[in-house]
Amino acid sequence: MVYLTRRYRFAAAHRLHSDALSEEENQSVYGKCNNPYGHGHNYVLEVTVAGPVDPATGMVMELGFLDGTVEREVLERFDHKHLNLDVDAFRNLVPTAENLCIEIYKLLRTNLEVSNGARSARLERIRLEETNSNFFEYEGQ
Amino acid sequence: MVYLTRRAEFSASHYYHNPEMTPEENRRTFGKCNNPHGHGHNYILDVTVVGELDPRTGVVLDLKDLKTLMEAEVLRLMDHRFLNKEVPAFAHKIPTTENIAIEIWKLLESKLPVGKLHRIRLYESPDLYVDYCGE
Repeated sequence: MVYLTRRYRFAAAHRLHSDALSEEENQSVYGKCNNPYGHGHNYVLEVTVAGPVDPATGMVMELGFLDGTVEREVLERFDHKHLNLDVDAFRNLVPTAENLCIEIYKLLRTNLEVSNGARSARLERIRLEETNSNFFEYEGQ
Repeated sequence: MVYLTRRAEFSASHYYHNPEMTPEENRRTFGKCNNPHGHGHNYILDVTVVGELDPRTGVVLDLKDLKTLMEAEVLRLMDHRFLNKEVPAFAHKIPTTENIAIEIWKLLESKLPVGKLHRIRLYESPDLYVDYCGE
């Protein structure tokens, strides 16, 4: 079993605000991230896939397939968007880095497995850096 | 149990080509990596060893020993080489990042004086790396 990790970047705006909380609670939980017009980050996304090495190619997963899937499913959806306003998944879900990480996992889990007919490579982990000082990991549980 | 990681860098060239595929298949599968005269990378190798602390020294193993071992077993073989032509392991195996990581594992696994090899992490570029833990 070999684990292959590929790094991608995208930039997006968001605002952290929960309708389940009062104005004061939102302010106290999210601080500056609750500012009404939103703010943005340069996200760094690491996608790890795992599987045996295909003897014909020497690879776990062809990079073109991985790049194409991430581009189509994640980057086109999120890059240079306002997550709350432009992305359906976050109409009723706070676009914290945690939720974004889980959403990316769901988008890729299905697509990497369904379309990869060749072998048993699969998505192993999503790691999302929101800034240099905080990052989030999700492995599907 | 403590995990210790030592980093080394080496530069090498390679190209991806499977003689059992047609030129078109090779091109389609490997893209630019199939260019016949090869291309190169600055690889970053992280070798992680796991073991108990020696109570007399407070270390898992002597870092100098690990550095010397990595130089003798890996860098001497691969640094500033054309992997396909100059490293016997890749005479009939495509030197992908995956296969290089597995090969480095094999080179180091049985040679550690103390502790156990835990993981080989090999960066081909800052945006692409492979982990191999031996299974």
